[in-house]
Amino acid sequence: MITLDHVSKTFESKGRTVRAVDDVSLTIGAGQLHVLIGPSGSGKTTTMRMINRLETPTAGRITVDGRDVLAMDVVELRRSIGYVIQQGGLLPHLTVAENVAMVPRLLGWQRHRRRERAEELLGLVGLPAGQFADRYPRELSGGQQQRVGVARALAADPPIVLMDEPFGAVDPITRKQLQRELRRVQAAVNKTIVFVTHDIGEAFLLGDQIALMADGRLVQNGTPADLLRRPATPFVTAFTGEDRGLRALEYTTLAEVADAAGSVPATDGDTLPGELSILEAGRELARRGETGVDGFWVSDRGGRKTGYLSYRRFAAMLGEALGPAGATAGEADGDALPA
Amino acid sequence: MRFLRENPDEVLLRFGEHVQLVAVTVALGILIGVPLGILVTKVRWLQRPVLLATGVLYTVPSLALFAVLIPYTGIGRGTAVVALVVYSLLVIVRNTVAGIEGVAPLTLDAARGMGMTGGQRLRLVELPLALPVILAGVRLATVATIGTATIAAAIGAGGLGRIIFDGMDRLDSDRIAAGAVPAAALALLADWSLGRLGRAFWHGGESASGGE
Amino acid sequence: MLEDPFSFVEYIRENPDDFLRFLSQHVQLTLLSVLFGVVIAVPAAILASRVGLLARPLTGIASVGQTIPSLAVLGLLIPFLGIGFRPALVALTIQAFLPIFLNAYVGIRSVDRAVLDAARGMGTSGGQLLRMVELPLASPVIFAGIQTATVQNIAIATLAAYIGGGGLGDLILQGLSTLNGALLFAGAVPVAVLAITTELALGRLRRWIVPEGLRPTGS
Repeated sequence: MITLDHVSKTFESKGRTVRAVDDVSLTIGAGQLHVLIGPSGSGKTTTMRMINRLETPTAGRITVDGRDVLAMDVVELRRSIGYVIQQGGLLPHLTVAENVAMVPRLLGWQRHRRRERAEELLGLVGLPAGQFADRYPRELSGGQQQRVGVARALAADPPIVLMDEPFGAVDPITRKQLQRELRRVQAAVNKTIVFVTHDIGEAFLLGDQIALMADGRLVQNGTPADLLRRPATPFVTAFTGEDRGLRALEYTTLAEVADAAGSVPATDGDTLPGELSILEAGRELARRGETGVDGFWVSDRGGRKTGYLSYRRFAAMLGEALGPAGATAGEADGDALPA
Repeated sequence: MRFLRENPDEVLLRFGEHVQLVAVTVALGILIGVPLGILVTKVRWLQRPVLLATGVLYTVPSLALFAVLIPYTGIGRGTAVVALVVYSLLVIVRNTVAGIEGVAPLTLDAARGMGMTGGQRLRLVELPLALPVILAGVRLATVATIGTATIAAAIGAGGLGRIIFDGMDRLDSDRIAAGAVPAAALALLADWSLGRLGRAFWHGGESASGGE
Repeated sequence: MLEDPFSFVEYIRENPDDFLRFLSQHVQLTLLSVLFGVVIAVPAAILASRVGLLARPLTGIASVGQTIPSLAVLGLLIPFLGIGFRPALVALTIQAFLPIFLNAYVGIRSVDRAVLDAARGMGTSGGQLLRMVELPLASPVIFAGIQTATVQNIAIATLAAYIGGGGLGDLILQGLSTLNGALLFAGAVPVAVLAITTELALGRLRRWIVPEGLRPTGS
């Protein structure tokens, strides 16, 4: 777990004091992919770079698993945190395998163990070692370099990985591919990931939690659904975009909106898995057809019925999201979309 | 300072010789080097041999080149100028080529699209855009020539090097300084003033090419 | 005598000891000065790249130093160093320092910021960053500086004869004062050959030294 406690960072620039990060408090849970998003200059990258002390906070406290990062040995701290940056930042004079094995090398692993680990990780990110291990970065495409960057960050199996706009420099198609890859990789390795981006789509696609920043301040922190359904300020509404209603359908899950199972009478009816998005649930219900019951059950991963959602409320949510511009959930006072 | 005080005329005379030697060399270097540079951007197969030849000659230590020329061109300023021009060629040719080849293909395309002939393109587009790079070459060549010209005194070309060599012969450090300090000052002054001139042309070049 | 400079071959054949002594002095002056130059200039460049306060004065002094004619430097040092082989070696070391220092500084400073950032983020210590990232990436530029310094010092070493430092310049000096073409050529031709072959050989060597990942593709 990472905590930021009233963290600020000021720079002196041409005699002026610039507040790059202004009193940010944030908790990043273990195993979560926490997105830091905001326009350029919002302080998101600086915030992230303070975690591995590439920047030093001017005020506040940052802890990793309860330990103050400023009290830790900086080199040791960084070796325990994976780091991925835009365009990979690969060392051009080292081969792909040597790049991946860099941190293990710094940690003093034996040569053959490093090689094994590099090959394993290249496989994980979809670059067959036989084909890629001994190439040099300049021989790879942008997307491939980025995959190597991710593999390198995971090499020493750090519990935490920081990613600074890792997919910012690749074309949209490759980017989508890499995002899917990351989801797959994250499901396999389950790291605590801090992910900086300015792409709201990427944030919604990847983030368990999203922290939206502007002018150095934390504007809102929550799940994708929180940002969509309960935007804290008009800025959040503006930033999450025009088609936010549709996004809400895409990123809000049934489990988040269903009434608790105990509060409604037990009836028959369909049961839908809670992790379905509202949009997916709509498609699923259309496929199943009429049931004669006024709603459906929502189940957890174990198949237990944990919630109930009436068609009336379900339809209201769809209508709200698909309604004319201006009548989005944010302005509708939360009536139609219950918390 | 004693030598300078007692022999101001001598120092002034050698200074004048030095400046003259450098001016003649750089003028000839430009007159030969720039057209040669242009030529090898148009006649591409000449480029490698010309750059290689000037490069090899540039590598030959100046005292050796002076010495090798003496049996053919004798002792004196003529020999010195020939050798000094040879040295200046590499830098001037190389920078001319780099300057002309550094012109953006898009700019050349636009010039072609406007209906410019090859000569017009060279005169109106390529040379003006290459000018800052060529000037940088002239600056390097001038500073280098000021240095090498001091050595030319060894073969009777005069200049400030004469005072330095005399001083070395007599182990007279005052005399050495009377030659070395003006030579160093001349080199720094040339470097600084040609640098300023070059910067002035940079900005001119940028606005002419429609940049910011 | 001036009519047949190519009799220099006979001169060398008849005076092998003299010739070899001058050649060996010349090579020693060059090699030792470049070696000392590297030993001083590379750490100085590392220091300048680390201590911002030193960067401007050091690079400023080095570029001014490169502008000053080498004969002037050689002459101006006589009052401090005297004459002979060792003073010549000191003067040549200063001359070697300049291009090596400037190249090393520029080479280290021009390492891609993203690469440095990534390396720091991985937890390289200061020394590891230098050894594993900065120096390998700067090595082509540093080597170019060494190449420049070596060829340049072969030339400047010919002037060492004027301050009693020996070298092949001694033969040229004798040839000039007696207008003896054979002596002139006996000094000049080997020096020219030495300079050109060194330039070419170091150019070749450079291709070996440049880390493979930095070489242009298709070579």
